[in-house]
Amino acid sequence: MRYLPLTEAERQEMLAVIGVPSVDALFRDVPKAAWRDAPFDLPPHQGELQVERALAKLAGQNVPAGSVPSFLGAGAYRHHVPATVDHMIQRGEFMTSYTPYQPEVTQGTLQYLFEFQTQVALITGMDVANASMYDGASATAEAVMMANRITRRTKAVISGGLHPHYRETTATHAHFAGFTVEQFAPNPSADEDLAAAIDDKTSCVVVQNPDFFGRVRDYSDLAAAAHAKGALLVVVVNEIVSLGAIVPPGEMGADIVAAEGQSIGNPLTFGGPHVGLFATREKYVRQMPGRLVGQTVDADGRRGWVLTLSTREQHIRREKATSNICTNSGLCALAFTIHMSLLGETGFTGLAALNHAHASLLADKLAAVPGVSVLNDGFFNEFTLALPKPAAEVVEALVAKDVLAGVPVSRLYPDRPELANLLLVAATETNTEADMDEFAAKLREVL
Amino acid sequence: MNEWSKAIGNFTAGTGTSGTYSGHRGLQIEEPLLFERDSEGRCGVDLPEPPKARNRLGAHARKGKIGLPGISEPEIVRHFTRLSQKNYAIDTGLYPLGSCTMKHNPRLNEKMARLPGFADIHPLQPVSTVQGALAVIDQLAHWLKVLTGMPAVAMSPAAGAHGELCGMMAIRAAHDAKGERRNKVLVAESAHGTNPATAAACGFTVEAVPANERGRVDLAAMKAQLGPDVAAVMLTNPNTCGLFETEIREIADAVHAAGAYFYCDGANFNAIVGRVRPADLGVDVMHINLHKTFSTPHGGGGPGAGPVVLAQSLAPFAPLPWVVHGKNGFEVLEKAEGAASQAFGRLKGFHGQMGMFVRALAYMMSHGADGLRQVASDAVLNANYILASLKDDMTAPFEGPCMHEALFDDRFLKDTGVTTLDIAKALIDEGFHPMTMYFPLVVRGALLIEPTETESKATLDRFIGVLKALAAEARDGKVEKFRAAPVLTPRRRLDETGAARQPVLRWTPAGEAERNAAE
Repeated sequence: MRYLPLTEAERQEMLAVIGVPSVDALFRDVPKAAWRDAPFDLPPHQGELQVERALAKLAGQNVPAGSVPSFLGAGAYRHHVPATVDHMIQRGEFMTSYTPYQPEVTQGTLQYLFEFQTQVALITGMDVANASMYDGASATAEAVMMANRITRRTKAVISGGLHPHYRETTATHAHFAGFTVEQFAPNPSADEDLAAAIDDKTSCVVVQNPDFFGRVRDYSDLAAAAHAKGALLVVVVNEIVSLGAIVPPGEMGADIVAAEGQSIGNPLTFGGPHVGLFATREKYVRQMPGRLVGQTVDADGRRGWVLTLSTREQHIRREKATSNICTNSGLCALAFTIHMSLLGETGFTGLAALNHAHASLLADKLAAVPGVSVLNDGFFNEFTLALPKPAAEVVEALVAKDVLAGVPVSRLYPDRPELANLLLVAATETNTEADMDEFAAKLREVL
Repeated sequence: MNEWSKAIGNFTAGTGTSGTYSGHRGLQIEEPLLFERDSEGRCGVDLPEPPKARNRLGAHARKGKIGLPGISEPEIVRHFTRLSQKNYAIDTGLYPLGSCTMKHNPRLNEKMARLPGFADIHPLQPVSTVQGALAVIDQLAHWLKVLTGMPAVAMSPAAGAHGELCGMMAIRAAHDAKGERRNKVLVAESAHGTNPATAAACGFTVEAVPANERGRVDLAAMKAQLGPDVAAVMLTNPNTCGLFETEIREIADAVHAAGAYFYCDGANFNAIVGRVRPADLGVDVMHINLHKTFSTPHGGGGPGAGPVVLAQSLAPFAPLPWVVHGKNGFEVLEKAEGAASQAFGRLKGFHGQMGMFVRALAYMMSHGADGLRQVASDAVLNANYILASLKDDMTAPFEGPCMHEALFDDRFLKDTGVTTLDIAKALIDEGFHPMTMYFPLVVRGALLIEPTETESKATLDRFIGVLKALAAEARDGKVEKFRAAPVLTPRRRLDETGAARQPVLRWTPAGEAERNAAE
């Protein structure tokens, strides 16, 4: 077998050194009742060619978003990833290294994570960021639990504009960890009065910007209202590219930012692995979950990096840790760092401008289709369309015409008939004007 | 001082340890932070001009500068290549971190995960357009169920600790469904730190179960701790001492008799895959680290994937989403209704770590049932070879055979002045990554060595030879050498205490100005 270097002769030599007659003897502590001598009912080993053929066949049963005009968003966005990114992250020294517990031999990982933390802090307008979380949804739940620890309160007020998966993930944690969530109903058009729901039990208010329906908002007043009552403001970002164009959460008074970083450097991959971003104010750093890389010096006084503040973490604090997180999204964070480095200031803001212009153009084209209206007046690269019939049917009809039209809100809110005709549509730099015209024309055909 | 020497700090400013004009040392090249370059007027991407369109941002438009440096593509490639060269990795050598299963990461897996049919599909595309992706989830689930003997698997957890969370939430949900309020979880003393942290995150109080003198769970003690308030027992098997829990079935019986569930941490599944099914040991729920047993890359700390296999009693509570067989192929259940009406909730966005699923499935298909059995056999053989070869030079706290990892304690260093940490750092100078140190906590100065099955005998022999020599040097009192180690690395021992006392967690222009002033 190509992954196993030991030869049969070597196995015998090694058994002799150990002083046992067979490998079976090494398993003697396994209760006899649990021994399985017969092979498992699974296929035998296969060569690379055969495995490749079988998996390519399964891959061929999917419709890649890039093979047709595609306008899906709702928390995962198709962006162009420069070729450099995927080549660099596949360097074995990065890809096959472990969590950098031994800093002398992992300065590479530690330095790029320090750079990642800096980039995340810069674009969110926050003081500090950690070395990544699993994804935006789990980062949001962790943000609420962190706010609970800081304020010693147990109620989170959740905006109806928060991504439904993030809402569900946070509610799941709330149920088991024993805190409460006051959820506002999803409502694409009306403003919600979150400030009125803040009371002396409220640890935080959780909002998203741009929100699930694409609205861009200023939460400065909400931050002030929360702070006045001793609560924190958690701002969630689904589409991190937006921060190249809009006011960042840090400038609105956010205390914690939980975000999905997939858009920078990482492919869609059916929703995972993605990369959670997590940033906060300096004064709260010791309550943060996850790994942190810090600057220090070595025995010769040279600058270097180490994992730090690990007394927050599970391997030291066990049941008193700030979080149980161990593995994060290191390699996805590297992809983010490399892509962001390539973009730089002009590239990141330019990419955001391009996304906004494409979405704005698309909104105008779709709004011209009879019976269709755009619900948002302000948005970044995603907006909500009101259709004259259920969006899910329209999307299915457009699939038959080789267009991936967007995400029907009913996919995520099946139990809310009032949202059934709404379609979330996103445009990025990858959509051409020809794609947009094709979408508009075919939408006209199916309505 | 120019930009360059600023960037590499007082390396050139005075210590003179490099002995070169550049500050570089041959292939060890100093590299400043991205933010420390002269970056005006450069960019690493070429974007088209945006089309003419109405700006809809109004007052929400960003005003000030972000502060990101502009760097060209060749400079970026060189920067990250140089950083990579400061890393140790499985690709460069033996990485015997106990309980981490640092095995070879096949490149076929990478190639398969990058097929556009897997990498370029959106998680909310109509299910008719992602039937192949759902088939991957279904097939991987099938392999995991057959290999563990368990009837169900929750696929969405993103890592081992996330899987633990999933398992413990399922347990809580199952007790709740029976109307039972059990608040305590017993966790083996030798457990990974994630176990107690997870139990606490689920609202349980945690009580440690002691180990006995044989390095196993103290069954009598555990029985005494069991009661109507205990929701679950969490332990690892093989355990973190690298030993199989010989009384595992008695443990499971006692746990079940007390009305509790048996959570097994599957971090060490590599020792038994293809040979022993956790279901036959009485396990109710176990997470599987695809990034350990099933070869998906550790990536410098992730991403991982932690599917959780479940007994029938816990299966109804598995979190959303569920992939099921329907009339027109695969369907995805995304709401707690119908078959999934008892699902306990959701742990992350979308469907789980598809990119990791493809890699793990490619690995399983490559090995097959026969190859996976050989994986466990060779992993255990390699660990025992190390244990047997070093038992006279180092000290093993427990009698063998071990499973996939060999545990030593620091009695062999007694009175030498050399510590476990020193041995680890000396190994670095010898070109090996250290073993896991000071874990598990149940032995003093632990050195936990997990070679995995993908190491050759020649590599193990070199490693053994080095450890024998180091042990001899420690006995000979060469303390200074150990204290100084490592000396051949890009950086020597780093001041971790200082880093934690005054955390510097990002680059800032102010910080740079301060550093310049100091120089």
